[in-house]
Amino acid sequence: MIDKEVQDMRSALAGIKDGSSVMIGGFGAVGQPNALIEGLGQLGVRNLTVIANNAGFEADIGLGKLIGTGAVGKIICSFPRGSSTFDQRYRKGEIELEVVPQGTLAERIRAAGAGIAGFYTPTAVGTKLAEGKEVREIGGKDHVLEYALHADVALIQAWTSDRWGNLTYRGSGRNFNPIMAMAAKLTIVQAGTVLPLGTIGPDDIITPGIFVNRVLCVPDGDPPLASTKDADNG
Amino acid sequence: MADKRMAGCKPFSKAEMAALVAADIPEGWHVNLGIGLPTLVADHLPMNREILLHSENGILGMGPVAQRESADPWIVNAGKQNVSLVRGASLFHHADSFAMIRGGHIDLCVLGAFEIAANGDLANWTTSSDDRSPAVGGAMDLATGARNVWVMTQHVTKSGEHKLVQQCRYPLTARKAVGRVYSDLAVIDITPNGFSVRAMAPGVTPALLQDLTGAPLQFP
Repeated sequence: MIDKEVQDMRSALAGIKDGSSVMIGGFGAVGQPNALIEGLGQLGVRNLTVIANNAGFEADIGLGKLIGTGAVGKIICSFPRGSSTFDQRYRKGEIELEVVPQGTLAERIRAAGAGIAGFYTPTAVGTKLAEGKEVREIGGKDHVLEYALHADVALIQAWTSDRWGNLTYRGSGRNFNPIMAMAAKLTIVQAGTVLPLGTIGPDDIITPGIFVNRVLCVPDGDPPLASTKDADNG
Repeated sequence: MADKRMAGCKPFSKAEMAALVAADIPEGWHVNLGIGLPTLVADHLPMNREILLHSENGILGMGPVAQRESADPWIVNAGKQNVSLVRGASLFHHADSFAMIRGGHIDLCVLGAFEIAANGDLANWTTSSDDRSPAVGGAMDLATGARNVWVMTQHVTKSGEHKLVQQCRYPLTARKAVGRVYSDLAVIDITPNGFSVRAMAPGVTPALLQDLTGAPLQFP
């Protein structure tokens, strides 16, 4: 019998080590697996490479909190603004930053999960984010060579799961989660509900369980409402 | 604007700029509105046209910012505000969202800018004087991939420096990307011959507009 559901945080995160690369789903507060991220912060591991769209927001929640613990040595993201814990460590040179255009970040992750080693993209041609990279003219237009981005671990937030790890997402909580689930050696899911096998209709499954290793049920409800004044890009 | 030469001019307000952009968007276009000034365009879209708003975090068919009491906490836009969905909206993951952008499926992106060059080069993501951590978000993908890129901006900086220039001094977001600029003083196309003025705000003269622009203007 295949049963990917684990009963506690320790079992969910087993195997994450110093120096592991960790993809973290989410865009803003939505679809961010905060329980898993905070569990990771309590493991005491160091020198993690985190791959995420942002560098966290609130200093006491999720990725912002993890960075505050000093566990993260490097972050690969598109938009590291609005995170006080990241800013402090970045200014002191305690955290390395690789900024990647958001679409290139998504496609590098997708490529990793799909067995594509690299691809040529028109994004960033002629900018400082393409410096040192191979540029090739294809079809009369310049393209930059970008490589697949793999990770040891992906931390995923799903709306529902079953014991096979079939996943659904809610609202804009899908974002990076399905592609990160495909791109890591070990994919760990925080699901709001774990349903009996067969309950999620085959038409409704977004991430098939083949991409998932472990599922932890975390019924933590809705993400906080965003401030209507919040208007930071990316 | 404290410039004495502006006496008698009536620059477009932000709402007027947004209304000008909105009026130029045809029926059926799929449109991504950048953060800040471009977001205002959503409030001015003509009711008699079906125009779909795209948000790069995986929404096509985005509606207005949600009222706090009726907001769905699971739906946010690229600016992390809770928004509504229109009837017929769809949700998807980030790789599909940027396939829409990079693949040329988005008809129009409206962005803000630090500088726009006469050849369409755009600088809108970082400035050399900016000591904050550099952050690009989806700007490079949008400026490169959307079929049309329009910029909404004040015509000059707060200290009176040119934003429409011969060559960008700030790091580029994309080369030869911008097709049209809506400023508080004018609407300007970018053509193979450089900046070409389509319209000016009330009271603005060609001589004044040229003074406030860092590259030659055509007045067809």
